[in-house]
Amino acid sequence: MANASNAAAVTTSTFVTPAHRRRWLISLVVLALAALGLTAGILTYDNPMPFGSDGFWKIAQSRITTVLVIAVVAAAHSFATVAFHTVTFNRIVTPSILGFEALYGLINTAAVFFLGAVGATATRGIASYLFQVVVMVAFATLLYSWLLSSRFTNVHTMLLVGVVIGAGLASLTTFMQRMLDPNEFDVLTARLMGNISNASTQYLPYAIPIVAVVAFWILARARRMDTLALGSSVATSLGLNHRRETIKVLIAVSILMAMTTSLVGPMTFLGFLVATLAYSIADTYSHRAILPIAFLLGFVLLTGAYFVLRHIFYAQGAVTIIVELIGGLVFLIVIMRKGRL
Amino acid sequence: MITLENVTKTYSGETTIGPIDVKIPSGGITSLVGPNGAGKSTVLTMMGRLMGADTGKITVGGLDVATSKSNDIAKKLAILRQENHFVTRLTVRQLVGFGRYPHSAGRLNVEDEQHINSSLEFLNLTALQDRYLDELSGGQRQRAYVAMVLAQDTEYVFLDEPLNNLDMSHSVQMMRQLRKAADELGRTVIMVMHDINFASRYSDHILAMNEGQVTHFDSCADTMKSSVLSEIFGTSVRIIDDVDGPLAVYF
Amino acid sequence: MTKLSQSRPAGLDTSAGASKTTGLWSRTWPLLIGLMVTISLVIASLFIGVYDLNSEGGSEMFWITRVPRTVALILSGASMAVVGLIMQLMTQNRFVEPSTTGTIEWAGLGLILTYIIVPQPSLTLRMLVAIVFSLIGTLIFFGFLQRVALKSSLVVPIVGLMLGAVVGAVSTFVALQTDMLQNLGIWFAGSFTGVTKGRYELLWIVALMTIIVYFIADRFTVAGLGQEIATSVGLNYRAVVLTGILIVAVVTGVVSVVVGSLPFLGLVVPNIVSMFRGDNLRSNLPWVMLVGIVVITLTDIIGRTVIMPFEIPVSMILGVLGATVFVYLIVKRGRRG
Repeated sequence: MANASNAAAVTTSTFVTPAHRRRWLISLVVLALAALGLTAGILTYDNPMPFGSDGFWKIAQSRITTVLVIAVVAAAHSFATVAFHTVTFNRIVTPSILGFEALYGLINTAAVFFLGAVGATATRGIASYLFQVVVMVAFATLLYSWLLSSRFTNVHTMLLVGVVIGAGLASLTTFMQRMLDPNEFDVLTARLMGNISNASTQYLPYAIPIVAVVAFWILARARRMDTLALGSSVATSLGLNHRRETIKVLIAVSILMAMTTSLVGPMTFLGFLVATLAYSIADTYSHRAILPIAFLLGFVLLTGAYFVLRHIFYAQGAVTIIVELIGGLVFLIVIMRKGRL
Repeated sequence: MITLENVTKTYSGETTIGPIDVKIPSGGITSLVGPNGAGKSTVLTMMGRLMGADTGKITVGGLDVATSKSNDIAKKLAILRQENHFVTRLTVRQLVGFGRYPHSAGRLNVEDEQHINSSLEFLNLTALQDRYLDELSGGQRQRAYVAMVLAQDTEYVFLDEPLNNLDMSHSVQMMRQLRKAADELGRTVIMVMHDINFASRYSDHILAMNEGQVTHFDSCADTMKSSVLSEIFGTSVRIIDDVDGPLAVYF
Repeated sequence: MTKLSQSRPAGLDTSAGASKTTGLWSRTWPLLIGLMVTISLVIASLFIGVYDLNSEGGSEMFWITRVPRTVALILSGASMAVVGLIMQLMTQNRFVEPSTTGTIEWAGLGLILTYIIVPQPSLTLRMLVAIVFSLIGTLIFFGFLQRVALKSSLVVPIVGLMLGAVVGAVSTFVALQTDMLQNLGIWFAGSFTGVTKGRYELLWIVALMTIIVYFIADRFTVAGLGQEIATSVGLNYRAVVLTGILIVAVVTGVVSVVVGSLPFLGLVVPNIVSMFRGDNLRSNLPWVMLVGIVVITLTDIIGRTVIMPFEIPVSMILGVLGATVFVYLIVKRGRRG
């Protein structure tokens, strides 16, 4: 212990002791290997064609789409949640709870409600997809700018208002769903339920580059986010324009959330789960250390669940459900143990 | 030099501050005193640009705090508020390292590490540098925050009630260290104080406020008079001349 | 009311206004006006609807649908508002009520599990399961509350709503797997449309609960001050809190089986009352009941008339209006600092 503090006396490290750094590095490597292994597993397991043949690659290609979907979803949820936690100064409330899922549900339900089952198909096109994303990001920007205006003195006010607005939108959605005939309702549910194996893959060419750009943008300002996490007074005293930085980050969060929700539907607790695990594994304030861990965790979790459920239980439709249930359970445990945000 | 020209602020509907016109010279320690709700912390917070003024202009060391770039201001002044609690767990050294953010944007170089070391040493925190903040006592934690502010290496240092939650010996220790910061490091320290005797013993100037107005701004010697203090605090105050200087008695 | 406010133990009075010696009449007449407004709304509710009461069988329909529906409105409105009030008293937090603590979602989960396990569950069985699940949910919430340092903070309702979201997600997934999602939506949407003779009588249990609350409300105020203060003034803290939780669970369970969820009613009503009557929570009780009845009757009348001959479920109007009022209350508090 004495040695450790002497060694650390020379420089200021992101990690408290070299042992912490080693643990982080090992976790990163293990997760990366697990990610690679699971990817290989999904591509090759039970592939009837001999390895390397044309048929093999055809089947692998269709499976690679699933892996890509999972990568996009994992990246979006992990980056969005960690960034959101940082700028809202809490580690419990996630962007999913703050009105995003509710808005997604409302937009889709409204489409089916007003246009019928045809409307559901209409919202599948690329143009309407982009429109949907723009509406969600615009809504989020408006909401956040309003919530972050000087009218609210603390973050908890903002979070509670956001959650309540989400609840209000949800009752509007429920009402419209009630008016649908059962067929239309089935079309809608397929959309509103998170489902990896039934993702709207036609959006992938747009979602992949957008998510990649936004995720790198967040990673590039990781050090700024370290400072933002100290709260508005300290961050301002250290020379950041806190309000502007926060809104920028929140817009990035809303883009990520819009991408993943329109791809596979809402997943309320995935972000919470991976962020919470990543904080305890990385055990540092540094976003450069937390973000990669969170992403890999999300990817491993989803591919792992997919692999097991598909090849062992033949129930790949249940992937999101299982992950959500675990996430919800972890949420309950964390809340009961911490008793604060 | 810090100048406030015609500064006003209205909040919570009724509380009004100002108009305030005052010039605080560079160097030494200036204490803001006055009864509760007088607006001391608000004025300090506005000078530290954490809160905007409704009207008027505030400059610190020639920089207009409302219009200058936040990072430029951060190299000129550092402000520490009372309540500081973080979501993330930080060690003392990591916290102090954040004080270097305006200079290095988070990538600490050799010079930054030197500043961190000397700041830790200055506040006797070297032995505690790898401890987590939540493992420290209130006094140690307060010292860690001040060390971060000093590591920021700014000409002006604003502190909101730095003695809050400190016991007697820690208060004395803190004030000596701040005095040293002013004398040896040449910092201009402005702080909100509750205890007039602590303020007068360690400050060069006293700025008194009452109901949002600056009612008195003078050297310590000229403030420590029965008539002046009685007016500032709205209760009768006697002065006893002690070997260490005048002492206010108010009970 | 007068008798009760006189029998209030000394030192419990939270408002300065009530200690003024005002005349009996000046304290009673606003309540009488409130009562008359309520009664006229209730009468309006009796005569609004698609069915023409003057046609053949009109009086029969009146007794089979209109009267039960109106009684259900009165009972569920008053009881849900009172439940919100006692939860706020016990937690000393203005933003707590069954839908911000997850209680309603737990009742919903209980309902859906009953339908899966028992194909044709009786009303009584459903009610019992809903009560038990509400009880579990409320206990979990209070368990969390014991760990919160600052009970008055906004963190409490945030966590409560998140808890509700977790449980709601579980219900949704269970329903999805068993093709009952649309049914779940129908149960969750509180509505008085299906309330007819033979289907609302369970609500009288709720009336009983409300009467009990009327007589022991003071104890909830004391319990809200915390275990130490409550014990030092000679109150059995545990017993009072458990009684409160039990009442909350029974009312929420029964109302959610008979009517469905009534979001934010218990939150909005006590807050509105304390806005125009100050914070004397004890003597506000009759007002909370009256305003609860008025709010729910009004929303039901709106729901019945806006898109006649169809009906909008009360829960949807309550959800949107309640969320708006809720946001207003938070913003108002946020400004104060």
